[in-house]
Amino acid sequence: MELTKLTLREADEALKERKISSKELTEAHLLRIAEKDKQLGAYLTLTAELALEQAEKADQRRKNEEVCWLTGVPAAIKDIISTKNVRTTAGSKILEDYTPVYSATAYQRLEDVTTVLLGKTNLDEFAMGASTENSALGKTVNPWDLERVPGGSSGGSAAAVAADLATFALGTDTGGSIRQPASFCNVVGLKPTYGRVSRYGVIAMASSLDQVGPIAKTVEDAALVLNIIAGHDKYDSTSAKKELPDFTKFLGGKVKGMKIGVPKEFFGKGLQAEVKTTVEGALAKLEELGASLIDVSLPTTKEAVAVYYLIMPSEVSANLARYDGIRFGKTRENFGAEVKRRIMLGTYALSAGYYDAYYLKAAKVRRVLFNELQEVFKRVDVIAGPTSPVLPFKFGEKTADPLSMYLADIYTVTANLAGIPAISVPAGFAKGLPVGLQLQANHWEEGKLLKVAHAFEQATGFSKEKPKL
Amino acid sequence: MMSTKLTKQEVEKVVQLANLELTEAEIEKFTSQLSEVINYNVTELAQVNTEKIAPITNITGLKNVLRTDEAAPGLTQDEALANAKQTHNGFFKVKGILG
Repeated sequence: MELTKLTLREADEALKERKISSKELTEAHLLRIAEKDKQLGAYLTLTAELALEQAEKADQRRKNEEVCWLTGVPAAIKDIISTKNVRTTAGSKILEDYTPVYSATAYQRLEDVTTVLLGKTNLDEFAMGASTENSALGKTVNPWDLERVPGGSSGGSAAAVAADLATFALGTDTGGSIRQPASFCNVVGLKPTYGRVSRYGVIAMASSLDQVGPIAKTVEDAALVLNIIAGHDKYDSTSAKKELPDFTKFLGGKVKGMKIGVPKEFFGKGLQAEVKTTVEGALAKLEELGASLIDVSLPTTKEAVAVYYLIMPSEVSANLARYDGIRFGKTRENFGAEVKRRIMLGTYALSAGYYDAYYLKAAKVRRVLFNELQEVFKRVDVIAGPTSPVLPFKFGEKTADPLSMYLADIYTVTANLAGIPAISVPAGFAKGLPVGLQLQANHWEEGKLLKVAHAFEQATGFSKEKPKL
Repeated sequence: MMSTKLTKQEVEKVVQLANLELTEAEIEKFTSQLSEVINYNVTELAQVNTEKIAPITNITGLKNVLRTDEAAPGLTQDEALANAKQTHNGFFKVKGILG
């Protein structure tokens, strides 16, 4: 049994049947990290000692009590999610030596069931970027092609899962930062409904958009992680008091008769031909499985990027005012270029004389977009399309022109602006590079996403493909 | 429509408002990059009619969230100060603000 290849479900079964111990599973991952991560750069901080302690505790718990499927399973956590007494940098020089005194709720819930923390993964500085190139602390490469970016901002988390350097990972998604790297690395990435998972202890980027979610090897694994991290938290008043289903209950059902909306705006200008062909193939597969494809229109898709790049930087400029060099972190000259750019954009958009034309106008168009989606969801169960308009690109290809990088967010920002859940699931390969299929559903309907994504995954098996390292 | 080409003076003012320190070269670069992004954003948004549309700030329909005001233990003073750059008698120590 190759321990690092196991999915979360398989690892749990093997642990349950005493075929393996968490200690063995953890050691196997630490060994693989030692062998491969020099090349990949997925991790910023390794917590080997803590991991082995947790593994031992997990083995004890597995022996003595009824435990959870995550107990003893090794995970990677994006380094913007606070972990008590473990350095949390946000990929920034400003927090290079910052060690939080408390844990984010999402991580705390994993720790409560003795999930094993292997380490903290690389990201674009403060999660601002789509390639992980904006990290001030390291370079992460795409396991499928070492000359290409892993996507971002959760690039380290996606690369770690793709390369079997963790059984699963947590990421955060403000404008696509879970889904796009998942798509680039051939893994599953789920951004839950805004408010489904607590944001407490997640270093804030844009508070009306940020959401924590799983990056996993399979759709089932993503559901298993969501089951634990989701739910109301008294420390985050925007986390919702919604009834929590067992998300694995949605798996395995037939998609026959389900209505899948295909927005024509998701297949227009800017979409790479190879991505288009691959995603069309995925849609044909869904139709073959008995779902009906329905043409829909989201006319404001094109403007979504403009809304996003006003709302997000405005919130960024407020959130990052706290790094004043007094309470924690270093002084503000330690911010990287992209962070400064976004703080400037936001400060400008909110400044006297411009607020109405920029921020307020964007907040109005955000409602237009929201209304369009609500209309579409009256007719369909989920919306399908590509996750990213482009294949994983080469290092430096887009860094000189921020606007071209921003425009690559076109299919993902809508879900954040509207607060709806979305998932990226492996949909095949073009030129040897992974392509992701994105599904979006209405608020609180993660179940529908998981159901369709799971049926697609079972019928195709693309998530089983592994990069050669 | 208002001009969306930022002047260097405007950028310098934003730098000050944002409490950033930028080099001349950075200011130069940001002046053109910010102009490009703002210009793109405004041109796109102008195409959407929002005459009778109210801005949206809450996307999941959450209403005011209230709780009873009960005291509970939080971080100790030592814990809260653990990452402070400078402390003095259990306080954050900062540079003088009023000159």
